[in-house]
Amino acid sequence: MPAGVPLTWFLVLSAVLFSLGIAGFLLRRNIITVFMSIELMLNAVNLTFITFSYQLKSNSGHLFAFFVMVVAAAEAAVGLAIILTVYKNRGTLNIDEVESMKN
Amino acid sequence: MDLVFFLIFAIIAVVSAINVVVQTHPISSALSLIGVMVSLAALYLLLGADFIAMAQIIVYAGAIMVLFVFTIMLLNTGGETGATHRTAVQVAGIPALLALLAALCYSLQRFYPSSVQAVFGGFAQGDAHSIGTALFREYLLPFEVTSILILVAILGAIVLARKEID
Amino acid sequence: MQNLWLIPAFPLAGFLINGVFGRKLPKFAVSFIAILSVLLSFAWTLKVFVATQSFSTPVTERYFTWIQSGQFQVGWDFTADRLTAVMLFVITGVGSLIHIYSRGYMAHDESFARFFAYLNLFMAFMLTLVLAANYLLLFIGWEGVGLASYLLVGFWYRKKSATDAGNKAFIVNRIGDFGFMLAMLLIVINFGTLDIATVTGAAPGKAAVTLTAICLLLLVGACGKSAQFPLYVWLPDAMEGPTPVSALIHAATMVTAGIYVIARSSVLFSHSATASEVVAYVGLFTAIFAASIGLLQNDIKKIFAYSTVSQLGYMFLGLGVGAYSASVYHLMTHAFFKALLFLGAGSVIHACAGEQDIRQMGGLRSKLPITFATLLCAGLAISGIPPFSGFFSKDAILVAAYHHAPWMFYIGVVTAGMTAFYVFRALFVTFFGAYRGQAHPHESPLTMTVPLIVLAILSTVGGFIAIPKYLDAMFPAGEEGHAMGLVIVSVAAGAIGILIAGVMYLGRPRKESAHGGLYNLIYHKYYIDEAYNAAIVHPLLVTSRSVLWKLVDNALIDGIVDGVAAQTRNSGNALRKLQSGSIRSYAAWIVVGSVVLVLAMGFTGVGR
Repeated sequence: MPAGVPLTWFLVLSAVLFSLGIAGFLLRRNIITVFMSIELMLNAVNLTFITFSYQLKSNSGHLFAFFVMVVAAAEAAVGLAIILTVYKNRGTLNIDEVESMKN
Repeated sequence: MDLVFFLIFAIIAVVSAINVVVQTHPISSALSLIGVMVSLAALYLLLGADFIAMAQIIVYAGAIMVLFVFTIMLLNTGGETGATHRTAVQVAGIPALLALLAALCYSLQRFYPSSVQAVFGGFAQGDAHSIGTALFREYLLPFEVTSILILVAILGAIVLARKEID
Repeated sequence: MQNLWLIPAFPLAGFLINGVFGRKLPKFAVSFIAILSVLLSFAWTLKVFVATQSFSTPVTERYFTWIQSGQFQVGWDFTADRLTAVMLFVITGVGSLIHIYSRGYMAHDESFARFFAYLNLFMAFMLTLVLAANYLLLFIGWEGVGLASYLLVGFWYRKKSATDAGNKAFIVNRIGDFGFMLAMLLIVINFGTLDIATVTGAAPGKAAVTLTAICLLLLVGACGKSAQFPLYVWLPDAMEGPTPVSALIHAATMVTAGIYVIARSSVLFSHSATASEVVAYVGLFTAIFAASIGLLQNDIKKIFAYSTVSQLGYMFLGLGVGAYSASVYHLMTHAFFKALLFLGAGSVIHACAGEQDIRQMGGLRSKLPITFATLLCAGLAISGIPPFSGFFSKDAILVAAYHHAPWMFYIGVVTAGMTAFYVFRALFVTFFGAYRGQAHPHESPLTMTVPLIVLAILSTVGGFIAIPKYLDAMFPAGEEGHAMGLVIVSVAAGAIGILIAGVMYLGRPRKESAHGGLYNLIYHKYYIDEAYNAAIVHPLLVTSRSVLWKLVDNALIDGIVDGVAAQTRNSGNALRKLQSGSIRSYAAWIVVGSVVLVLAMGFTGVGR
């Protein structure tokens, strides 16, 4: 039966993924896990873009999602390089221990 | 039919996302994240975003996550240690979060019921041809700029992570 | 173009030269420059006088436009007419004599150059005052002479009493100046201009209330400058200054500025009967009030100071009853004999090595003959004995007063008697009997005695300079009539005063025994100074200290400023905690911030 999926459900899913991403971003201590939570958030946003693109019958949302992906790639590359440097200098991946900029 | 399709992949996505957040070892989180991305790609197909779905799998899941996995294996620190959160947070926080989400879903459904329903084939402009045309017409400038962005990122990554030549 | 500007310019140049270079120049050069500048002013006045046939028509010179604001315009204009001529001659003539006198009197003073610089500054301002063609320029001169007075009264600034007296003079003057400024404001509002000629021309058409208000405010200013009740308190204290200063400023010139202003604005006053009445009352009251205080003073300069206040009261009386030319006539004669009195007193003080109490003097007749002779001339002049100058001018005023209101005449006559009494009391106690002091009195040098002689001649014959006839062309004809009876009454009063003084003080020194309440009241100047202190000065000081200083300045304003600084510091301190260095707290703040942002966008309807 051609029963479609109400678009609201996509938005709800996106919200759920986004909040899970925030939870991970706030609660985890490992830097790489925090990073991955950020990627999760980006994906949720991508889903929202595509959903609205479907509703508004325009592919601008697709293009935006595309650019988000590109930027996420660049960010991941540089971010991981920084994490490597931090690990080389501090020997730890625990963000609670990287606080020499305190006060 | 589409509904079932959606539900399956939505549940896989949510469960994998919870896994990303909950797992102690980062490699498990990474693999769960790959699961999320793949299920999201399937959902994109439902929404008619063919090109984006493929890009998601090739670029996101195939390149970025692989990069993540390489880095984790390179660093090889093992699982996260240290004090877990207080039980109060766990006992009260998770149900609160679930309640919040339930309220959110309900209110969204109630006050903004969408008359539009997603079906396979409901959106035709998501294919490579249309995306490519738009990319090289209206969105040419961002396209070029992002290429410079990637160049900069490459340079940055190399400079940051290289060994000193001594 | 008569170049009237040269008249004040010469003393101003003298001030600049002596002020800047005075200390390096030898003393004779300093005094030479100062005296020369005043003499040049006198000579130029004479030249203009001759050239314009004794100012038969007024000379007006406009130099440049000073203020231009919409319709309102004030120019730097000098005007000279007959009234100005009288003032100019008095100021420059008596002024030059006093300058010459000062050369001798201040010869041993270390701040010789400063003294002459200030004297010249005073002359420049005073001349500007009388030459001014509009009220604003007059006010500049007005304030300038007040400044010069402050500087000169407090000349010996190391003495606290002198600086206090200087402060008092300036502050009390300021109160009068406030009245003057309000008068100027009213003039601008009602006449649209400050030019004196224009104002006096338009005055007859204005409402009496307006004119009365303006005149009363001008009177307040005049009271301050001419030491009338209740603003006279500064003049006796101003005797702290060197004696030439007392002679020049507080006898002959500055205190006459008030008279001059009222005479200048005579049209305004004559069209406002109320204001003229007030002027007459103020003058009359001050005359008898000050004379009563002068009866019991023992400091020779203070006696003459109160005498000045009293004589100025006469002049105000004359102005009030409409006898403008009589008042100006008295102004001139008073300049002669009062300056002479002060300079003579200075000569006596100089001889007694600084002693000013007449009870410590006596028998100086033989030791200072020239001083005695000249002071005798002055005493006879001030007592109104014919044919001395004071007789003519005082009688002119008294006769006019009689025609206005007879009771004023009688009070004036009583005052004349008191004047004669206390001046001759001073003379008899100082010059007769045996010498009671410790110094070695000797006659003063020529630089001091020659001006005395010149002034004595002027006091004697100056009455024959027919000022009233000269000025009648300017002023509305006052009450005429030479009732011989009135003249005899006033002369008799003067003679009686001298007689009583002779009987009481000639020869034997009086024992000052214990006296009753009235004696004490008058001796302490009716406690007016103390009353002012308690009613005005003390509350003001207390308010300044406790309220304005401690409360407003310290607590409120400093509190606000410090409070702002403290708040900034505290909030900075609080915000500092944000930079905890912990990445997770940064993350948490980012989330909070973005939630707030989204909510804000939602509420304000962005993108709807």
